[in-house]
Amino acid sequence: MIYLDHAATTRMRPEALEAMGSVLEGVYGNPSGIHSVSQQAKNALEEAREKAAQLLGADRPLEIVFTGGGTEADNLAVAGAALAGGRRGGVVTTAVEHEAVLATGEFLASLGCSVEIVGVDSKGAVAPDEVADAVGSDTAVVSVMTANNEVGTLQPIRKIAEAVRGSWPNVAVHTDAAQAFVSEDVTVDALDVDLIALAAHKFGGPKGVGLLYVRDGIELEPVLHGGGQELGRRSGTHNVPGIVGMVAAMEAAVADRDAFRLRISAIRDDFEAAIRSVHPDVQINGSVDDRLVQHSHLRFPGVSAETLLIRLDQSEVAAAAGSACHSGAVEVSHVLAAMGIEPEAAGECVRFTFGWDSDAAQADEATALVSDIVASLR
Amino acid sequence: MRALVAMSGGVDSSVAAALMVEAGHEVVGVTLKQWEGANGEMPVAGCCTVGDAEDARRAAAQLDIPYYVLDYTAEFRARVVEPFGEAYLAGLTPNPCVECNRTVRFDALLERTAELGCDVMVTGHHARVRRSRDGYRLLKAVDASKDQSYVLYMLGQEELSRVRLPVGEMTKVDVRGLAADLGLRTAAKPDSQDLCFIGQGGYRRFIRDEFPESVRPGLIVDRDGAIIGEHAGTVDFTIGQRKGIGVALGEPRYVVGIEPKSATVTIGRKEDLLVSGCRVGAMTFVAGTQPSDAAVEVKVRYRSRPVPARMIGAGTDWTVSFDEPQPGVAPGQAAVLYRGDEVLGGGTILQTAA
Repeated sequence: MIYLDHAATTRMRPEALEAMGSVLEGVYGNPSGIHSVSQQAKNALEEAREKAAQLLGADRPLEIVFTGGGTEADNLAVAGAALAGGRRGGVVTTAVEHEAVLATGEFLASLGCSVEIVGVDSKGAVAPDEVADAVGSDTAVVSVMTANNEVGTLQPIRKIAEAVRGSWPNVAVHTDAAQAFVSEDVTVDALDVDLIALAAHKFGGPKGVGLLYVRDGIELEPVLHGGGQELGRRSGTHNVPGIVGMVAAMEAAVADRDAFRLRISAIRDDFEAAIRSVHPDVQINGSVDDRLVQHSHLRFPGVSAETLLIRLDQSEVAAAAGSACHSGAVEVSHVLAAMGIEPEAAGECVRFTFGWDSDAAQADEATALVSDIVASLR
Repeated sequence: MRALVAMSGGVDSSVAAALMVEAGHEVVGVTLKQWEGANGEMPVAGCCTVGDAEDARRAAAQLDIPYYVLDYTAEFRARVVEPFGEAYLAGLTPNPCVECNRTVRFDALLERTAELGCDVMVTGHHARVRRSRDGYRLLKAVDASKDQSYVLYMLGQEELSRVRLPVGEMTKVDVRGLAADLGLRTAAKPDSQDLCFIGQGGYRRFIRDEFPESVRPGLIVDRDGAIIGEHAGTVDFTIGQRKGIGVALGEPRYVVGIEPKSATVTIGRKEDLLVSGCRVGAMTFVAGTQPSDAAVEVKVRYRSRPVPARMIGAGTDWTVSFDEPQPGVAPGQAAVLYRGDEVLGGGTILQTAA
């Protein structure tokens, strides 16, 4: 199988597997205990936290809150900031966010919070001024993803944070960097935000683990209530092996990042050029210049994405369209809709995403298969 | 041969897939997502649910065949559900299963079958396809109590050449027995009863929710036009209905007419339901040409027996005259022509003749 759906999830990096394996085998303690079995787990946990803080350029390890995945991290950031201190603070976000943010916004609206959704241009990019203009006196948090999970378009996060803080210094700025971490400089300094959400499985770590960077001084209402772990910000016994695996994957991803960008952007560009040399009418969605190097979101006019994906799967190529739902049927993407792409055209779009284990030979094989299948469907 | 099997998550289509695998074909299983709730997900209760898709997926995994869910919600809404609502608005008694087979399964999905590189499409319908010197013939199922040939009358030669209905050759008991022998998880699953897109509230509730403009109150009158009562909406009535009319007259009364413009429901005695024939539109013939003999049998509801009749007409417009007057002939339902076990064709009942 040629796996070109790394935006959905990735194979575990060997470093993560190895780090997790030893914890799964030998470190079973609950970090919140007094005895040495607990202390062993606590040490593994805090060592992971220190490394994660360092990799993200956080000032202090306790700015890292471990969560049960990216969705939980987004929920904690957005709902946590909006509801902090018993308030019903407002949310400003964009039309192309992940559902973890958009649906949290809907939930907050049902509690009486104001929720402003800022639109995007035809490339999926949001304008910093428009975000800042949507912020008002009741706004508690602004949430804009670092890069879009479907089309890969990068958002001007630093400029957004700057524009927001220019008028509203007390508004927290959150970014979901789950998709971007593998290839972009995701650090507190580079992004200049207050909250950063990550999901381990998007960069070679295990599923069901994530983290939220919380800048010192940002107050959050917890989403999960219970034993008060993570300074009360996230209750629940720590998933120590998962956390250790995630941080090992982070280390590997950061170490590999520059090489990844060079290697994968070349593979992706060749892939697109080869398909478009056979099918010149194939269009690239999103910002061709400002997008993640691993993303290729293509429209094949006149070809059903659903049919193409099944034919590709039958030929051992895994790709995606829209976003998957429970049943596995392809849904029309809210991201493409926000970019002004008509439903019919959206139904002709397929997302190919490369990852740490992609190689050029596989990409060439996939290129030929895509071109042939598209030709046969026309 | 490569076969695309439309798997609903029920026992029949699971066994259809198993039979194709057993016969040595390369099989791909698909489930059509036809309907979704307000949140865009498949419903969790009723038919056509996430659970059904999951049953189909697991059955496909047991058979070790690839499996996909295909999104037909837009087609299904435009070509089945909307016309279903419009038909009720027009006082008709529509059959959405017929429309679904005509426009979604044996049209859109059949087209998709070729695009997915498959030679034939297989469903779990209880009916039989035979190839003869004169072309393909559509026959009733071996298991008469489960026969579904009525909802397949629109299939022509082109469709039948690319369709396989393997479970139509078996009794339902044998289908379940084979499913159990193969260890298929769907072996003991109950048969689906209601329309796939209609939840537990029944179709009247569905129409009220989805097509609220169709719920118009009106009068209940007798055959002479005398007002007997009032009703809350014509959607609550179908031709031949006895229960739930909401008027007490000491003896059984039946709905004998529904006039959509004034929302008037006419009730009468059982004998008032009898009609001598009906006009049938959009007639198609399985063979592609009209039968040589005008004497046929006609089935006017899914749950009724074919009765002897004569047909007169040409093209797609025909008049069917029953040898004996028949009750419960409702405009909007399908009139399906049989000769013995063979389906000759059919069309939509437009109007009844006293």
